[in-house]
Amino acid sequence: MKTTMKEGFDLAMMRGLKKWRLFSLLAALTIFLSGCGEEYLSTLTPAGQVGRDQFNLLLLSSAIMALVIIVVVIIYVIALVKFRRKKVGEDVIPKQVEGSHTLEIIWTVIPILLLIILAIPTVYYTYKHADVAAMDQVDADGNKTNVTVNVTAKLYWWEFEYPDLGIVTAQELVVPTDEKVFFNLKAADVKHSFWIPTAGGKMDTNVENVNQFYLEFDDTSAGLEQGVFYGKCAELCGPSHALMDFKVKTLEREDFNTWVESMKTTEHVADGELATQGEEIFNTSCIACHATSGAGTAGGVGPNLASFGDRNRVAGFMSHDEESLKKWISDPQSYKPGNLMPQPKTINNGKEFSEEQLDALAAYLMGLSVEK
Amino acid sequence: MSSIAKKKGFGSTLWDYLTTVDHKKIAVMYLAAGGLFFVIGGIEAMLIRIQLAKPDNDFVSAGLFNEIITMHGTTMIFLAAMPILFGFMNAVMPLQIGARDVAFPFLNSLGFWLFLFGGIFLNLSWFMGGAPDAGWTSYASLSLASPGHGIDFYALGLQIAGAGTYIGGINFLVTIINMRAPGMTYMRMPLFTWTTFVASALILFAFPPLTVGIFFLILDRMFGANFFDHTMGGNTIIWEHLFWIFGHPEVYILILPAFGIFSEIFALFARKRLFGYSSMVFATVLIGFLGFMVWAHHMFTVGLGPTANAIFAVATMAIAVPTGMKIFNWLLTIWGGSIKVTTPMLYALAFIPSFVAGGVTGIMQAAAPLDYQLHDSYFIVAHFHYVIVGGVVLAILAAVHLYWPLMFNQMLSEKLGKWTFWFFFIGFHLTFFIQHFLGLMGMPRRVFTFGANQGWDLFNLISSIGAAFMAVGVVILVVNIIITVVKNVPVGNDPWEDGRTLEWAIPQPVPFYNFKQTPLVRGLDTFWIEKMEGNKEGMTYAEPLSDIHMPNGSIIPIVMTIGLFIGAFGALYNGEKDWAIPVLVLGLAITFGAMAVRSLKDDHGFHIHKEDLMNDEGGK
Repeated sequence: MKTTMKEGFDLAMMRGLKKWRLFSLLAALTIFLSGCGEEYLSTLTPAGQVGRDQFNLLLLSSAIMALVIIVVVIIYVIALVKFRRKKVGEDVIPKQVEGSHTLEIIWTVIPILLLIILAIPTVYYTYKHADVAAMDQVDADGNKTNVTVNVTAKLYWWEFEYPDLGIVTAQELVVPTDEKVFFNLKAADVKHSFWIPTAGGKMDTNVENVNQFYLEFDDTSAGLEQGVFYGKCAELCGPSHALMDFKVKTLEREDFNTWVESMKTTEHVADGELATQGEEIFNTSCIACHATSGAGTAGGVGPNLASFGDRNRVAGFMSHDEESLKKWISDPQSYKPGNLMPQPKTINNGKEFSEEQLDALAAYLMGLSVEK
Repeated sequence: MSSIAKKKGFGSTLWDYLTTVDHKKIAVMYLAAGGLFFVIGGIEAMLIRIQLAKPDNDFVSAGLFNEIITMHGTTMIFLAAMPILFGFMNAVMPLQIGARDVAFPFLNSLGFWLFLFGGIFLNLSWFMGGAPDAGWTSYASLSLASPGHGIDFYALGLQIAGAGTYIGGINFLVTIINMRAPGMTYMRMPLFTWTTFVASALILFAFPPLTVGIFFLILDRMFGANFFDHTMGGNTIIWEHLFWIFGHPEVYILILPAFGIFSEIFALFARKRLFGYSSMVFATVLIGFLGFMVWAHHMFTVGLGPTANAIFAVATMAIAVPTGMKIFNWLLTIWGGSIKVTTPMLYALAFIPSFVAGGVTGIMQAAAPLDYQLHDSYFIVAHFHYVIVGGVVLAILAAVHLYWPLMFNQMLSEKLGKWTFWFFFIGFHLTFFIQHFLGLMGMPRRVFTFGANQGWDLFNLISSIGAAFMAVGVVILVVNIIITVVKNVPVGNDPWEDGRTLEWAIPQPVPFYNFKQTPLVRGLDTFWIEKMEGNKEGMTYAEPLSDIHMPNGSIIPIVMTIGLFIGAFGALYNGEKDWAIPVLVLGLAITFGAMAVRSLKDDHGFHIHKEDLMNDEGGK
């Protein structure tokens, strides 16, 4: 974007100030081109079939609507140019036309036809994207052929349980590529909405019922800028609604199976003296809410930390380093207002965590990995 | 009592307005109160855009931001847009149909005071522990979980204001059905009267679901009920249905009168009869009807299933047809006309491309699978601001300029009016066009901040700059109004020179009884017909000059309202303060007591005598 703008500027300078229009045109173009957004977050760069279907519907509807706008603008501009009072004369009384049946029929029938063109794929995709029949398919051994994830949205984090695989994780969803991944969606406290813009549209997590849908991913996320797709909460859920992000890591099926296996057998050994100290603190202050084993089921009070070291963010939105981790632990309320993680004083014998304690905790948590 | 205007002191003027049942004075009060709330809602909008001008901003805190967005939406819809439109309906509609007042002048006053005190109650939340923070939609799980009294203020304030709107709607319906002058058949009514009629019918059917929903919310939050608490067998989705069964017609309650205003403007300033009048009426009624059939398109992502989604998607698309008819009829109205670009016409001309842009994005969102992406993103924020600002607010600003001479016998400065227009129009597109792309780029709505480098930084900054332009436009409008009021140059009737409908035929300033003699309406655009036939007076009369029966003013409406206002504090603090229930009972007692006085004490009004009328050349 920067180069285009610079080139545009040089060009304009070369041809003299009269060419300033070219510069503004190029500036407008760069803004337009940057309008596609980031590859890991934008609906305009769909990463799987569902997102692509919806993107195609966007293109189709935009084309039809552009047609309508063009017709309206043409009539509008001609009328404005031809029939200004200055042109037709100050004292002219125009003919008082009542209407025209022919015209009325034309502008009723043509829009109906255009809408039918849009309605057909709309209805088709509506049913297609709601079809979760394959969720319960099993192979010859009775194992589920597709991955199903139970998503529980909580203030302000996401729990991802894989009921058929016996594992659970949080904040970073891991899914295989090139196959349908099914989701059971529910909220634990207030309503949220589960949205991975690149993969496809959102679905609400209601408090009283389970919603189901599926998404697909073409490629592994490793090639992305940060190695993950971004997920968002799309329903206002309280003060930290804006910070209720999650990440999606997509792996090829084999790598995914490996990841599942290592999640099932997580056994963390604190590495080094500092981390061991951290583990002790963790076991007295944190373990009541946070599990560190990947094997298990949903229902954690706080996010499961089995793969914390592999993640891309602290608390879903802060950069993944010890610095942010220490800030977060020492004062979660100021970083994510309204979240339910206790302030240090309530879990550390009425005292703030000391710098040494924070260092130890950070060292321990960053070591929690299933991918190393 | 004499009808001759006298110079009055401040105290008696104040008393006059507190007790008035004159539709023209009530219109002024609606306009003033609605305008004040519009400015408050605008300031809230500016705070939102300042906060979002750059990533990771801490201009306002997370919780406060949610209060601001909630109050911005609620204020703009319930306390600004609707009351201002009610103001114009009150000012113009009775004159357009040749009536001396609305059908129920007392109720008209009551409706206004209920709206005003409901709005004041809602805004008191800022000073009494925090404003509501669950969005203007106030979805049930979050609204029940919200701590403090913010949501209680929302529920009680809207209930009081909503009662006022409901009363106003019924009043307009009865007025249009019963009070039309001889010859004013339905198919001769000006489009603004028609849209007032249909919008009032929508109010009649749309407000009860909201009232029920809000009563459930009040009972849940303040009186221990569990309508929406799923752990006790309640259901939060019920709120969403009730809210949107109201909420979708509500947008037509706003946009139809706007359509009416623009229909008047196009015909007036193109000096040409509205093209396809009968199809315009048909389209208005059809839009009103279809408006009730599409509410679940706000709930495509709730999980209602593909069949419900498909049906509501197609039904929603159908609304595009009558709306398109209207657009083309407006275009054909100016086609072949003699277009004079005054300030109101400027707004009307700007409305067409703006509203078409907002309309087509509505159709895009009707495509349910595409809506899964667009819903609750900045795309929807862009869409509804395109229709509400590009439609309703442009209509309101146009009407302020158009009807100012009718209401106040003064002309707003055209020069300043055009300055307001250009700042507002450019700012509007600058603010909201780019938000479509923010939504497509993955930005959810109602976020108090956003992280840097997600590709949203530049567009948010541009959007905020646009908002500043709009603010400048509004400031110029306020200056314009102040200058005009101070100068106070009378302009007389038919100031736009090409007035077509009855309201422009009345002598200025409009006498408090409106028509000395009830006019006889001889066709569509009756004033135009009279002028074309060389009738200098502009009216043919249906009756000889005789005594006019007028209603007395009354303080009872405001007393009834204050009772509810006091009672609402009792409900609000129920279970928390000992005085809560007594205050609730006291408030309701005042209201019902006032009702009893009104019912038991006869008030026959008064007569203006023929002799006084003959001497009166018009005057307030």
